[in-house]
Amino acid sequence: MSETHAAHHAPTGFIRKYIFSLDHKVIGIQYYFLALFSVFVGLTLSILMRLHLAWPHTAVPLLDKLSPLGAPGGVITPEYYLSLLTLHGTLMVFFVLTTAPQSGFGNFILPIQIGAEDMAFPRLNMMSFWVTFLALIVLIATFFISDGPPIAGWTNYPPLSAVGGAAGPGMAVGDTLWVFSIAIFCVASMLGAINFIATTLDLRARGLSLMKLPLTCWAWFITAILGLLSFAVLLAAGALLLLDRMGGTSFFIPGGLIVSDKILSNHTGGSPLLWQHLFWFFGHPEVYIAILPGMGVTSHVLSTFARKPIFGYRAMVYAMGAIAVLGFGVWGHHMFVSGMSPYSAFAFSILTMAIGVPSAIKTFNWIGTLLGARIRFDSPMLYALGFVSIFVTGGLSGIFLGQPPIDIYFHDTYFVLAHFHFIMGVAAIFGMFAGTAFWFPKMFGRMMNETLGKVHFWITFVGVYAIFMPMHYLGLEGNPRRYSEFIDNFLVPLMPLHRFISIAAFITGGAQLIFLANLIWSLFWGKKATENPWEATTLEWTVPSPPPFDNFAGLHPVVYHGPYEFSVPGAEKDYIMQTDAEVLKEG
Amino acid sequence: MASTVLTPPKPETRDSRTGGPGRIPPGGDGFGGGGSNWPAGRVSSHTYQLGMWFALVGIVMLFAGFTSAMVVRRGMSFDWVSIALPRLLWVNTGVLLASSLTLEFSRRSLTRLAAADFIRWLGVTVALGIGFLVGQVVAWRELAARGVYLATNPSSSFFYVLTAAHGVHLLGGVLALGYLAICAGRIARGIKRRTALDVTAIYWHFMDVLWIFIFVLLMKWA
Repeated sequence: MSETHAAHHAPTGFIRKYIFSLDHKVIGIQYYFLALFSVFVGLTLSILMRLHLAWPHTAVPLLDKLSPLGAPGGVITPEYYLSLLTLHGTLMVFFVLTTAPQSGFGNFILPIQIGAEDMAFPRLNMMSFWVTFLALIVLIATFFISDGPPIAGWTNYPPLSAVGGAAGPGMAVGDTLWVFSIAIFCVASMLGAINFIATTLDLRARGLSLMKLPLTCWAWFITAILGLLSFAVLLAAGALLLLDRMGGTSFFIPGGLIVSDKILSNHTGGSPLLWQHLFWFFGHPEVYIAILPGMGVTSHVLSTFARKPIFGYRAMVYAMGAIAVLGFGVWGHHMFVSGMSPYSAFAFSILTMAIGVPSAIKTFNWIGTLLGARIRFDSPMLYALGFVSIFVTGGLSGIFLGQPPIDIYFHDTYFVLAHFHFIMGVAAIFGMFAGTAFWFPKMFGRMMNETLGKVHFWITFVGVYAIFMPMHYLGLEGNPRRYSEFIDNFLVPLMPLHRFISIAAFITGGAQLIFLANLIWSLFWGKKATENPWEATTLEWTVPSPPPFDNFAGLHPVVYHGPYEFSVPGAEKDYIMQTDAEVLKEG
Repeated sequence: MASTVLTPPKPETRDSRTGGPGRIPPGGDGFGGGGSNWPAGRVSSHTYQLGMWFALVGIVMLFAGFTSAMVVRRGMSFDWVSIALPRLLWVNTGVLLASSLTLEFSRRSLTRLAAADFIRWLGVTVALGIGFLVGQVVAWRELAARGVYLATNPSSSFFYVLTAAHGVHLLGGVLALGYLAICAGRIARGIKRRTALDVTAIYWHFMDVLWIFIFVLLMKWA
């Protein structure tokens, strides 16, 4: 279409160039900064939560200005603690873990790595970003309504999420906004996913067969399929929940329910478990949406800095595919205590254990890649190694939780908290750190500061273990999640450990300012980046840093080699670019 | 037969941004074997169709979500009262099926360069699409007149949810067809590619199939 054609001339006005841009690189950076904003808001919320848990009566300056009801005199109420928890989870899962690794890096890097000049549908791409932005605004707005954000957690379980204001502060308008925000986010993610899939399948450069794709592209591609299939189901669930809240239906609300001493007489027969099934059918693949791009980046970075081909390229691809397929059959392991039949629980448990196999294949191959390598310990490599470590730690506790008899004991304790923060939160965040350190030179044309990067890595790496390892112990001791104060007899002795965790969280949280400072400083004053500072092989390193508007300046790259040809015997350098032998053939 | 003299629609050339002549990409089908639909200054019709097929996958999952919710909700409750579907739905179904047929007439007319037929059948399709939507609203009003509302019973809830979700999607299709009707002259003269038409046709036929599925589902279980 002529519009699309016109879109490929570099825009000149500020608004078309930086705000409503059709350029995948600008959109990628927009997504990245949206996630960066969200992650620092989410981090601040977690710091407030840790402060409240360890020292429940501390007044937080200015917090009463934000929420006079939730924090009278600056002291967080138990309900406001739940509000913080809900927004922390929602921001982190949707607007950070789903946004930066896939939509941020994926948008910027994928088209260049496959030799395309943009995504397949630039307009759709722009729309995906702005719809995501709208979803974020709707979510953040809950902070500024009178009774604050909802208190139902990021899983928003009915019946309490379906009955409105009777369920507590934030559950009237706040929770309605929450459901709208998530529904909008679902639409944006699906639009983005369609674009990723069509781009990967159809716009690859000549010679770039699927089995020559960098593992990052495979990860983004598989993640897009997961997103397309799972967000649609969450959208359906969200629509039904909105109707229960606003249309008087009874999809999720059972009859005779008593909320705040009142019988809800106008509902019958609904099933709260139905929401759990729909939600976790989305929610479990969502875990892989968060982690697969991190796996892709880690594989890519490990190979590049170990100067060795990735160990078992095909096995890596198939393992990601297997994780994605199996990921759709395990949602029930979030519901072992919901009263499900033990036979179903057994099936879900077996499938859950089965995911351990492809996960172990990936870990084995990462270690195989490192074995006997002369490793370059630049900061991207440190973060990637951190990813492997944390992925293994978080994965192991998953084997405990995947077994119903053990899960029944651990359910809703800090053990679960430790598990998913390691595997979904921190591992994916390390993937993002690796991606940032690795691609920053390409994205912004300047190098990040190595010293600051290393300092940040070590404090963060040790810090997250100090925060989350003790939570396993808390879970073993029976410490429940979502409590805002620990005053029961069996919990009081655990308070010193909670204070330790909080202090570790403050230090680790503070260290993120090093990352932010490094990012901002390098943006303006970092050393100028060369075309290929890491001596990597893939297509993004054949173009200037940052790449020109249409990536290849009107030329059309042709690919001759696989993505990880390092230390090839007989080659003059220790790496062979994918385009070597015939570089950028003039169109 | 069309009175207008037509230039045949241009083949899918791929003029590069640098203003070079149309270039046909070297071998391969862009799918699996050393993909090749790039180097191109713009995206091919194939890519748009591929995008649409995956969009349909997303829509299938959305309705799979609603359907499984319905099956589960029905299976686990004692408050389910079946509703008698308005007979008008049969007429609406016929209208929608006819619209798919007329859309195909329209596309074939374009292929054999019969501009007036193309535009006429496209107009008929838009009218039938709007007719279906109006029919659905009338069916809703008939139910409402019988006292069957969204929250009356789980079966009516699902009736309204499924028909509304399908209606919203179909409305999107009508808007797309309306846009095409506006550009029809330019498509007929070969100034504008027919990609949007072909992609919308995939969507439109799918909406038919989806409606049949929903109709059968509602007849059997609602």
